[in-house]
Amino acid sequence: MSESPGNRNLPADNRGWLARLRAMPKDSVPRTLLVAALVSLACSILVAAAAVSLRPLQEQNKLLNKQKNILSVAGLLDEERSIEEAFADIDVRVVDLQTGEYVSDIDAARFDQYEAVKDPQLVVAIAASDDVAGIRRRARYASVYLVRSEGELDKIILPVNGYGLWSTMYGFVAVERDANTVAGLQFYQHAETPGLGSEIDNPKWLRKWQGKIIFDQQGNPQIEVIRGKVREEGDWSGATRTGEGPQYQIDGIAGATLTGNGVTNMMRYWFGSDGFGPYLRRIWEQEDKS
Amino acid sequence: MNLRPRDVLLDPIFNNNPLMLQVLGICSALAVTTSLLPSLLMCVALTSVAAVANAAISSIRHQIPRNIRIIVQMAIIASLVVVVDEVLKAYAFETSKQLSVFVGLIITNCIVLGRAETFAMHNGVGWSFLDGLGNGLGYSFVLIVVAVVRELFGAGTLMGFTILPLVSEGGWYNPNGLMLLPPAAFFIIGLLIWVIRSWKPKQIEENQYQIHEVHRTEIV
Repeated sequence: MSESPGNRNLPADNRGWLARLRAMPKDSVPRTLLVAALVSLACSILVAAAAVSLRPLQEQNKLLNKQKNILSVAGLLDEERSIEEAFADIDVRVVDLQTGEYVSDIDAARFDQYEAVKDPQLVVAIAASDDVAGIRRRARYASVYLVRSEGELDKIILPVNGYGLWSTMYGFVAVERDANTVAGLQFYQHAETPGLGSEIDNPKWLRKWQGKIIFDQQGNPQIEVIRGKVREEGDWSGATRTGEGPQYQIDGIAGATLTGNGVTNMMRYWFGSDGFGPYLRRIWEQEDKS
Repeated sequence: MNLRPRDVLLDPIFNNNPLMLQVLGICSALAVTTSLLPSLLMCVALTSVAAVANAAISSIRHQIPRNIRIIVQMAIIASLVVVVDEVLKAYAFETSKQLSVFVGLIITNCIVLGRAETFAMHNGVGWSFLDGLGNGLGYSFVLIVVAVVRELFGAGTLMGFTILPLVSEGGWYNPNGLMLLPPAAFFIIGLLIWVIRSWKPKQIEENQYQIHEVHRTEIV
């Protein structure tokens, strides 16, 4: 290896290119390129092998995590029952967002509305004027998760997503059977600023959402994260759908105003007429009839 | 060089600790040590990356051209970190969510690159593996001490089990919220360095300046 290439100029022609390359000093350009290429190749094979072989397990973890979040937002997380077992009680349905009706010709258990966006048949571009949540497109259909107790509809769990400060936040909102009161909110994926925006995962803050009212009397979503603290922590149990008030408001998180605005926009979009509005309206009508 | 396997492996824990003597890799030590379980996982991740990266780099050290050696080292370290991250996501999903970006940031951890550049580039595969393992253990030692103190006094638990029952849950212990904030890790690491240097005075650094009595006339 220490021999200089000059001595070998003549006999080098008889040898293969590999041998010639090996005889070059290790700092020469061809050798540098060769080492760089080989290291990159070996590293990429390693990374690709790990990514491909572990994907099924990771997908399963993600699915379990999603189911766990759905159970948790519905308050059904039970230490004694496994997640699969508890999730079996939940009625998974697919809703056509435009009409608000259930879709029956799709396998609800396997439908993924965020994957469906990739299907040109199922994707709907959101007009810029309607796109308050900043997500640009959504699937034509969305999953809803119905929790029943003793045969009666008890809670509806709706998947929501919206753009925060840095990232799209994915979560679930649980709504009481009146389709107007929040029963819980939880995020399962986001990349907001650790320590500030990421406080949207804080259980103490998420608990503040419970019992808040989503729609005003005209049926427009009014719920919002405000800046600072909600002033009157009064009793609003009898004040359903009456104008602006503390029943629509959630304390802001200090240092996370923009993430909070993102959460507000997300709620405004998904409970508006472009989101689950038509679906929830149908539930109100059914409630009124019964 | 006269190396002994025991020294290569154990020296980085007390005598030449990468965190306490060389003060490398502080960033992740502040970030992940609020509780013990993610810290342990982080220790395993970093130790395995350091050991395997050292061995891999050492095995091709005669082939690495000098002018791209850092890039080659980084490529190897980065690939190993991605592999570790994928493994954690597959087998320890919940904890890996807590560690979030910090597993990825092992790539930029000075301990790993520092050992690759100063040790693995000049020593055999076996030695380099031991050195990586030893430095990983040195890092782990500090991380575990810091995490035990922070979780115990900050949340009253260890590995999620209640040790000191909290006042808010009907116990007697009033948790120290400061422990859960990043500065606490600084204090604990500082105290740890103090303890180690009182025990092993050789580690005390010499002043880089000398205080020297000057007479008034000298200035003029």
